Amino acid sequence: MIVADKKPIEEIIEEIKGHEKILILGCNECVTVCEAGGKKEVGILASALRMYFLNQGREVKIDEETLERQCDHEYLEEIRDVMDQYDAVVSLACGVGVQFMAEKYHTTPIYPGVNTCFLGATEKRGLWTERCQACGQCILARTGGICPVSRCAKRILNGPCGGSDHGKCEINKEIDCAWQLIIDRLKALNSLDDYEQLSPLKDWSTDRAGGPRKVVREDVQE
Amino acid sequence: MRLQYPTNIKIILVPCTGKIDVLHILHAFEKGADGVYAVGCMEGDCHYNSGNLRARKRVEQAQKILNTIGIEGERAQMYNLSSAEGPRFAQFAVEMDERIRKLGPNPIKLAQKKAA
Repeated sequence: MIVADKKPIEEIIEEIKGHEKILILGCNECVTVCEAGGKKEVGILASALRMYFLNQGREVKIDEETLERQCDHEYLEEIRDVMDQYDAVVSLACGVGVQFMAEKYHTTPIYPGVNTCFLGATEKRGLWTERCQACGQCILARTGGICPVSRCAKRILNGPCGGSDHGKCEINKEIDCAWQLIIDRLKALNSLDDYEQLSPLKDWSTDRAGGPRKVVREDVQE
Repeated sequence: MRLQYPTNIKIILVPCTGKIDVLHILHAFEKGADGVYAVGCMEGDCHYNSGNLRARKRVEQAQKILNTIGIEGERAQMYNLSSAEGPRFAQFAVEMDERIRKLGPNPIKLAQKKAA
């Protein structure tokens, strides 16, 4: 899922302080799971903002809404009827949701309420770690199901490098060396022969190096 | 025991302090409470293992948010006692009452009155 983290309330206040009718808009998907932008976080932020503005002696309307997703037209359409009641929206969705909202509601300022961090997994409640950088050319079949693009600091395809020390990465002793993990897993799979094969140069044009990307699936288009 | 404690405290029963969320605490302040405190079991004695520890964290989060928006975070507190400690319950109530009296009324309540 897309992992996001809360933005400090001070930062959000600074962005929206000029507005008087604000919608706090949550998302029921990834940001709910990582407890950054779901219905509960919307409630907490909205309550805090209402109290802040009241305490400042200002009457600011702060409403709450949480959509199923903010990255699909049909869900964003659900608020079209009420959008004229607001002069700004704080979206607690990931950067995708914030941008899709901004595209759909062109004349209303949309402010991000979270920092979108990475594609990751929930290791345990309160701990999310990166697993994928969406490079567009998955090589997990050759690397024991462990991604060196997202989990090796150098993104090297034939590792480990000289910075691997007792299974840890030289940039931080708390970070596992991805290539140590790959070798350990290949051993467990009895596939160490895969490790002997050198990875060819990767086609990075499907990564960000090729600019903004898109997936076109004519087979499912209407 | 028929212990005496301040009458201005409204008790809300929850199955475990782990049920209390930041949102409940903030809503209480938004609705005009001058202070909110949670009284949980002794740390290490939670029947659900970590309910009272979660409550403490959530009270701390609420304190942080309150401080950020200009309300004294100390208006929210977490206390622990065992169910056999009635006198301590009364003592916490007195402590909280004194703390809030020193701070005065919830500024949100005053602002709401002014706005009305």
